[in-house]
Amino acid sequence: MSTSLSATGDIARYYDLNEHDHPEGGSTMLGFWIYLMSDCMIFGMLFGAFGVLGGHYAAGPGPRALFELPLVALNTSMLLFSSITYGFAMLAMQRGSKAQVQLWLFVTAIFGACFLGIELYEFSNLIHDGATPMRSAFLSAFFTLVGTHGTHVTFGLVWIAVLMVQVGQRGLTAANKRRLMCLSLFWHFLDVVWIGVFTFVYLMGMLR
Amino acid sequence: MSAAHDTHGHDHGHDHAHGHAEVAHGTLGDYVKGFALSVVLTAIPFWLVITNALGSHGLTALIIVIFAAVQIVVHMVYFLHMTPRAEGGWNMLALIFTAIVLLIVLTGSFWVMHNLNANMMPHAHVSTADLP
Repeated sequence: MSTSLSATGDIARYYDLNEHDHPEGGSTMLGFWIYLMSDCMIFGMLFGAFGVLGGHYAAGPGPRALFELPLVALNTSMLLFSSITYGFAMLAMQRGSKAQVQLWLFVTAIFGACFLGIELYEFSNLIHDGATPMRSAFLSAFFTLVGTHGTHVTFGLVWIAVLMVQVGQRGLTAANKRRLMCLSLFWHFLDVVWIGVFTFVYLMGMLR
Repeated sequence: MSAAHDTHGHDHGHDHAHGHAEVAHGTLGDYVKGFALSVVLTAIPFWLVITNALGSHGLTALIIVIFAAVQIVVHMVYFLHMTPRAEGGWNMLALIFTAIVLLIVLTGSFWVMHNLNANMMPHAHVSTADLP
């Protein structure tokens, strides 16, 4: 611009007359990644709230009295298994095998559902013991953080079910592959958040 | 900007490097390696906390946080296929931006709240950690 300014003395303008090619869905992966980063902020804030309030038991039960680590370890393994089975679904997608994609999506959904089931079992036990979200600031922060993660897993399961149907109906089209890759990011991202949850909430809770 | 636009203007015949093409794919080896590392990096912290093998809560806490950080990187690399080049570098930029914002907000929150707890609690001498 500076060269044209000195040459003509006029205000330099730039027009891109030849519109370059933007293939359909070319920016989807980046856009979805930015969504995940915003989700990351949400979880970051919830971790922050838990970090601030996690020690305020209001004379109620603390982590040692409430958490059962073997159950949490089982839960963690469910999510980890679901991560690698989703990886297998992605590998099947790269091979172009529709049936195997559906199979591995189904296996992933089973592990995801087991994770949710165990988490709900844990929540129901806590609530039955009187450790409700209303009991203390610690429990409010705990249920908000872990519950938000569980909600994400729930929507991930809905998404898996929808994609199984879509892959079944339309096959491995470019659009479906893109959706599978977005869900892959989402699902693995939830596992990353869970690393933070089991470390900072459960394990550090036992160390308090 | 002017230089970039000038070359841009002369360059229409060619493909524009917008990073559309690069889609990250994992291989079976990547997924298996990531899974194996994750199992180890999960099992050790659980074992440390359940058995209290180190005998010191502070040391255990420090080590499990390090394990968590390493495992997050493992997931990023082997499962999320993060590379500095993914999506023309914009993925990494967005991640770094998010990390910086979270670092500022979380550090600030803990700092401010710690000061509040230390200075403004009506019974500052009663530590909440001592309560059951």
